[in-house]
Amino acid sequence: MSVSSIFEEASSYLLGPSGITATDLETQLSKAMVPGVDFVDLYFQRVYSEGWVLEDGNVKDGSYSISGGVGVRVISDDKTGFSYSDDISLGAIQKASAAAGTIATHLNGSSLVGVKPFISAPVSPLYGQLNPLESMTRQEKIALLTRVDQAVKEADPRVIESTVSLVGNWQSVLVAASDGTLAADIRPMVRLNVSVILQQGGRRERGSCGGGARSTYGYFSDEVALGYAQEAVRMAQVNLDAVDAPAGIMPVVLGPGWPGVLLHEAVGHGLEGDFNRKGSSAFSGKIGQQVASPLCTVVDDGTLIDRRGSLSIDDEGVETQNTMLIENGVLVGYMQDKLNGRLMGVGSTGNGRRESYASLPMPRMTNTYMLPGDDEPSDIIASVKKGLYAVNFAGGQVDITSGKFVFSASEAYLIEDGKITRPVKGATLIGNGPEAMKHISAVGHDLGLDRGVGVCGKNGQSVPVGVGQPTLKIDELTVGGTA
Amino acid sequence: MNVDGELEQLNQCVNSALQEADRLGATQAEVAASCGEGLSVSVRNADVETVEFTKSHGFAITVYKKSSKEGVPGLAKGSASTSDLSKEAIRRAVAAAMDIAHYTAEDKYAGLAPSELMCTDPADLDLYHPWDIESDEAISIALSCEQAGLSYHACIEKSDGVSVNSSAGVRYYGNSHGFRAGGKGTRHSVGCGMIANGGEGSDGMERSHWFSSSRLHTELEGSIDVGRRAAERALSRLDGKKIKTCEVPILYSAEVAGSLIGHLIGAISGGNLYRKSTFLLDALHTPVMSPVVSVFERPRLIQGSASAAFDGDGLETYEKDIVSDGVLQSYILGTYSGRRLGMESTANAGGVRNLRASHSGQSFETLLREMGSGLLVTHLMGQGVNTVTGDYSRGAEGFWVENGVIQFPVKEVTIAGNLADMFKHIVAIGADTDTRGNVQVGSILVERMKVAGA
Repeated sequence: MSVSSIFEEASSYLLGPSGITATDLETQLSKAMVPGVDFVDLYFQRVYSEGWVLEDGNVKDGSYSISGGVGVRVISDDKTGFSYSDDISLGAIQKASAAAGTIATHLNGSSLVGVKPFISAPVSPLYGQLNPLESMTRQEKIALLTRVDQAVKEADPRVIESTVSLVGNWQSVLVAASDGTLAADIRPMVRLNVSVILQQGGRRERGSCGGGARSTYGYFSDEVALGYAQEAVRMAQVNLDAVDAPAGIMPVVLGPGWPGVLLHEAVGHGLEGDFNRKGSSAFSGKIGQQVASPLCTVVDDGTLIDRRGSLSIDDEGVETQNTMLIENGVLVGYMQDKLNGRLMGVGSTGNGRRESYASLPMPRMTNTYMLPGDDEPSDIIASVKKGLYAVNFAGGQVDITSGKFVFSASEAYLIEDGKITRPVKGATLIGNGPEAMKHISAVGHDLGLDRGVGVCGKNGQSVPVGVGQPTLKIDELTVGGTA
Repeated sequence: MNVDGELEQLNQCVNSALQEADRLGATQAEVAASCGEGLSVSVRNADVETVEFTKSHGFAITVYKKSSKEGVPGLAKGSASTSDLSKEAIRRAVAAAMDIAHYTAEDKYAGLAPSELMCTDPADLDLYHPWDIESDEAISIALSCEQAGLSYHACIEKSDGVSVNSSAGVRYYGNSHGFRAGGKGTRHSVGCGMIANGGEGSDGMERSHWFSSSRLHTELEGSIDVGRRAAERALSRLDGKKIKTCEVPILYSAEVAGSLIGHLIGAISGGNLYRKSTFLLDALHTPVMSPVVSVFERPRLIQGSASAAFDGDGLETYEKDIVSDGVLQSYILGTYSGRRLGMESTANAGGVRNLRASHSGQSFETLLREMGSGLLVTHLMGQGVNTVTGDYSRGAEGFWVENGVIQFPVKEVTIAGNLADMFKHIVAIGADTDTRGNVQVGSILVERMKVAGA
């Protein structure tokens, strides 16, 4: 589909029903640009989503949801007024603008900035526009879940519970801003998840696996979907044999792909523009400094085709890009939205994202990953005398001010004398972002990205993200086991 | 917010949706509709940063349908929701739910609770106390809070933002038994983040946060106190040390102790029980915690932060003991999970409401002395809790304590154990209850846990 037709289509969903035209948008923006205000934007969004859940061998639950509305943001310098409506109409926009515009009473400036004429820069889409909800019939969706469930049960007789869920959503967004932005996007997303419980003797363990993409349900070919089933069972099997995890500082080898949640927590959040503008990040003021081992090159790349964290344009209408964050260990850039980029004297990097029309945009990650190094993954493991090899994680958290981060392993093994020996129970790993990054002593050539399951939370807003990395070794990290 | 008007609109919405479901052939149906409105301001560096006005609507319907074929037991279920409360949008949502129920499998446990169990006393729990506040006044409260924090100590370098929020909401629930009930409530809060920096020779910045929240704005902690408390907490974290890996007593301070009770609730919740996803399977009427622990639910507290007269299935909420002297007295069940387990609902569809734990009388200082030497935990990080096995491993920060006296701040360690074991080795619960949340409990002393550090 051509760029202009994406705009036409999104516009027909979002503005069409209430007959709002581009001229109306310009008028609304102009009205909100009272003296002292230097930026106004309108964000229209409509989301269609569905979920199907299989439990006990049957799909017994299904849900469908439509939400949408318009958010109005009024900015002056570093002050933001915001209001929204779940009704898309000129009246609602006027009301929301008036509310958001009360910020103007707190402004110091008085210069009047005009609304720039709309420019629609061509942006080539990174994913298809088809509605995933309509990409399969309901019978096909149910049959897919049933096949996955059967694969789970065939994989191991010790399976006592399995839950399989299929989620899809399709949203259209349109951004009109006083800086001349007029852009739209149509965004599909699908996700399939498998969770199993295995029981052996009195012991029960969970395993789970899932994946997804900005695509249609066609993404879940039998090879992909049944692969999740086998992987979930395998993980539970491993955990049935797991012994207590060790406790204390030791070398940690992280596998490729999803363990990239390390980067998301240890450096990613700390490099978001808002924290750095406010000087509240452990990485504030460190551009040009060595913040990681020279083996580390980390990017945030919103431009990967069909990836969960990708966006053709961000939620401020800016084309996403591949942003170098850390190059050979040196901090080279932050992730920016319009507000923070402007206040820091740089441009947006296309990282302005928001959970919905009902929340304010912030600098957020897209797909954050480390570029491959030269090491052979097996050599990295062989180089460890006693340590941990962690390949799957349940999630993490960071305190961006002190730099402390945690992430919780859900599949990990002991390394003894250079060999992977026994599986150990899940344990939390804790470190300090800038320190841990300096302790990276080997980076494999096996860059992998996650399967498309990441959800990032910040200030109460959730957005889909991706992570990735090659196998890497951190010489010292605290492992929070019990043994 | 025009509460009566909104309630009337929600009521109409619920009625028309139930009529539509009936017209389309639903055997049963239930609808929840809500409307919320609020003001939120934040300040930073002695100036306003954001002013946000929120107003949102929600509508959700679940329909249940008997199979058209003879002899198929159970009901098929379908759900739909929308943020648009127009007649047309609701009509479409009902049709979407019905359509889904056409494809889902019949489930013999699905369906509404019996009509005789519907709440007959939708008591007014006095939860609605709007705060007639404009953005200017909210900003000045936030500014005074920030100023109090910033001037608390020379090492308080900057503010991480201060916010003042006020919101009001109404909800309405109805089902095809003819049950209808509504509720309204308000919530107000002041939250403050402060960043401390020890300067030269110190190893960087630390931040912390404090908040106060209440249904009545007059019950909020003073903004100056909130600011000072946030500053004090940030300051106390400066120059933390990592301690050696060890096994020691752990004192969870009151503001983090509620998380342990939260893990208990997760482990005895219906969904995890019938999916066999809990380490407390078949534990009813057995000792699951130390005899010093009693936990109870008070869902109908006047002005309570989580109070509700009826649960998500329309059942009347009631007071109950969950753990008495360490023995598990009740699971946490809704209608569906109850049926799955062959038990009655405990009127907990939607969760627990106003959970309290008894205390063993000691003040915080007494607990420190009882612990002797060990780790006082004041901040927790990460998830690290496996409800299936009870395995527990979380990032922690706090203070090293020797002979009952705080020695120095501790950073970047983990505390680990197994919840089944930790619960049974709770030595004491302090009288220093943190009264801010849904789960209110004092500091909890656990006999021993593994601390992973240097």
